[in-house]
Amino acid sequence: MSEITLTIVKVLFLALLWLFILFVASVIRSDLFGRAVPSADGARQLQTPDRPRRAKRTKGQPRVMTITNGPTAGTQAELAGGTIMIGRGADCQLLLDDDYVSTRHARVVAGGENGVYIEDLGSTNGTYVNGMRITAPTSITLQDTVRIGKTVLKLET
Amino acid sequence: MSATDNPAMVTVVPRKRRTVEMFLVLFASALSLAAYAQVDLNVQGHLPTNLTLVAVIAFVLPLLAHAAIRWRVPYADPVILPCATLLNGLGLTMIHRIDLINDPPSTGATQQLLWTVLGIALLIVVVAVIRDHRPLQGFTYTLGLVGLVLLLLPLVPGISSGDVGGAQIWIHLGPLSFQPAEVSKVLLAIAFASYLVEKRDVLALAGWRVLGIDLPRARDLGPILLVWLTTLAVLVFQNDLGTSLLFFGLFVTMLYVSTQRPGWAVIGLVLFAAGAVFGYFARGHVRIRVAIWLHPFANINESYQLIQAQFGLAWGGLLGRGLGEGRPGLTPLARSDFIATSLGEELGMAGLFAVIMIYGLIVSRGLRTALACREPFGKLLAAGLSFSFALQVFLIIGGVTRLLPLTGLTTPFMSQGGSSMIANWVVIGLLLIISHQVRRPVATTQDVDPGGELIFERPGQVSDSEETQAIPATRGTGGTADDDQPTQIHVRGGHR
Repeated sequence: MSEITLTIVKVLFLALLWLFILFVASVIRSDLFGRAVPSADGARQLQTPDRPRRAKRTKGQPRVMTITNGPTAGTQAELAGGTIMIGRGADCQLLLDDDYVSTRHARVVAGGENGVYIEDLGSTNGTYVNGMRITAPTSITLQDTVRIGKTVLKLET
Repeated sequence: MSATDNPAMVTVVPRKRRTVEMFLVLFASALSLAAYAQVDLNVQGHLPTNLTLVAVIAFVLPLLAHAAIRWRVPYADPVILPCATLLNGLGLTMIHRIDLINDPPSTGATQQLLWTVLGIALLIVVVAVIRDHRPLQGFTYTLGLVGLVLLLLPLVPGISSGDVGGAQIWIHLGPLSFQPAEVSKVLLAIAFASYLVEKRDVLALAGWRVLGIDLPRARDLGPILLVWLTTLAVLVFQNDLGTSLLFFGLFVTMLYVSTQRPGWAVIGLVLFAAGAVFGYFARGHVRIRVAIWLHPFANINESYQLIQAQFGLAWGGLLGRGLGEGRPGLTPLARSDFIATSLGEELGMAGLFAVIMIYGLIVSRGLRTALACREPFGKLLAAGLSFSFALQVFLIIGGVTRLLPLTGLTTPFMSQGGSSMIANWVVIGLLLIISHQVRRPVATTQDVDPGGELIFERPGQVSDSEETQAIPATRGTGGTADDDQPTQIHVRGGHR
């Protein structure tokens, strides 16, 4: 190849290399500033998948575990999945940020014949149902209060 | 009440940007292929005979990874994969170019391609099988122990490869040789992250205060001293300045990120300085590295490689000699430690800076993921992985360009070597799954209606800028980052 072609190819390649970087930068830029989305889109996406779930729901059955007292009051986790892990670990459905809570503290199991029950997973500071420390899986109803560390939890419909 | 007439509902759909990723991947593959063709055109005077085969490989491999991402982690960051693809492609091209110097050409690029295939396969496994980084938190001590053992494996007599190029960092199992520290890097990053998430409170709060620095309790300090001693052992017995520095830097940074105490950075730097001074006086190896960094021309025999690399860079100049037109073969180990200067010679400063820029883009996306992450483990893991990636690039490219004393680290995705290649693809895989978990839409149910009717809303946002803006609104002022951990995640039909 002649000297001039070589130089052209060389510079062209470098330009393309930097063009790639510019493309990536523009993707990042558009990511930073977000995008306006027609609200109908979002509404449709939110609406459709939830209808069957609502239809199936029966009144009076515990549906969620709610934190009623404590730093994260108001947080809920659904029982529909069968099991809720409670603790400080990131894989817990109910994540309690509390020094008195173990990484995997307790487990709530629903869906069996015995209704909903809670089980302590060998935590350091224990799980209390209505003020009593539990030693075995204990069934809980809508009326019971569960305390873990500084957090109070209840079943709710 | 239906979801549509709830005024509080935020209607921002996440941007998956998978198609953008596909185009960028195609662009990266095309660039790599162009580089490959250019090398053969310049060195041999004709297009490579196996161009079609190489083209198929260059396009199919990253597209497979892209397909896996589209399938399993559709919300993952769109620019990480294309950047890694381009770096890998340029690295392969450069190794192929150095192969051509020998007559007959050596087969380094083919071997490296096999490792790339394995690396991308591992990425696909990480993305498709692990998919969520959170369960990894359960293996703190197992991963930590395996990581430390791997790190010290090159010291075990039967399998150690002995002293290679001044450092004892290789093991051999049968015909295969392996650099276990690279794999150990990933394992230890995960282990450190989950350990620190568990202990961050005691590390930050419990303990005594000395000279304005919060020191932790002795029993919390144990694992940290263990890491420090291990890295010191790596320095002293394996003679490996780079690995030792990389691991210690990784650990100190993660400590700092998790506890947010500058005191840790100070302790880390003091411990590092103590280790470095000790290394300097105890090991001739470190002394030589420092001497050839400061005075490369004082002892040509010791610093031959470094001097050749500097001449290469100078010969490359601003725009480089052109691919295939330089003489990178004059530098010993041009295809592994010194691949950055080989690139600098043939692509010039413009090309080398582009490469560094691409590394920077990967790191910035990793740190962005860490910033946006709502739970501490993912945050710490993403920060640790991207920081170690950045530190490694800084140490090796700084070393070969004589900004720092030369440390024998690998250039991620570029230098020849299988362990580094697969470890870095796993790092990319982990960053992708964390970013998927971070960016995907989460929905919490909140019973705000007294009648018990469900209202769905989206607290943490989706396309990520809104996310950062939305977090202060949903989080209590005194809360920590994990307060607004999604309590549950609905599978929304159709787009997952």
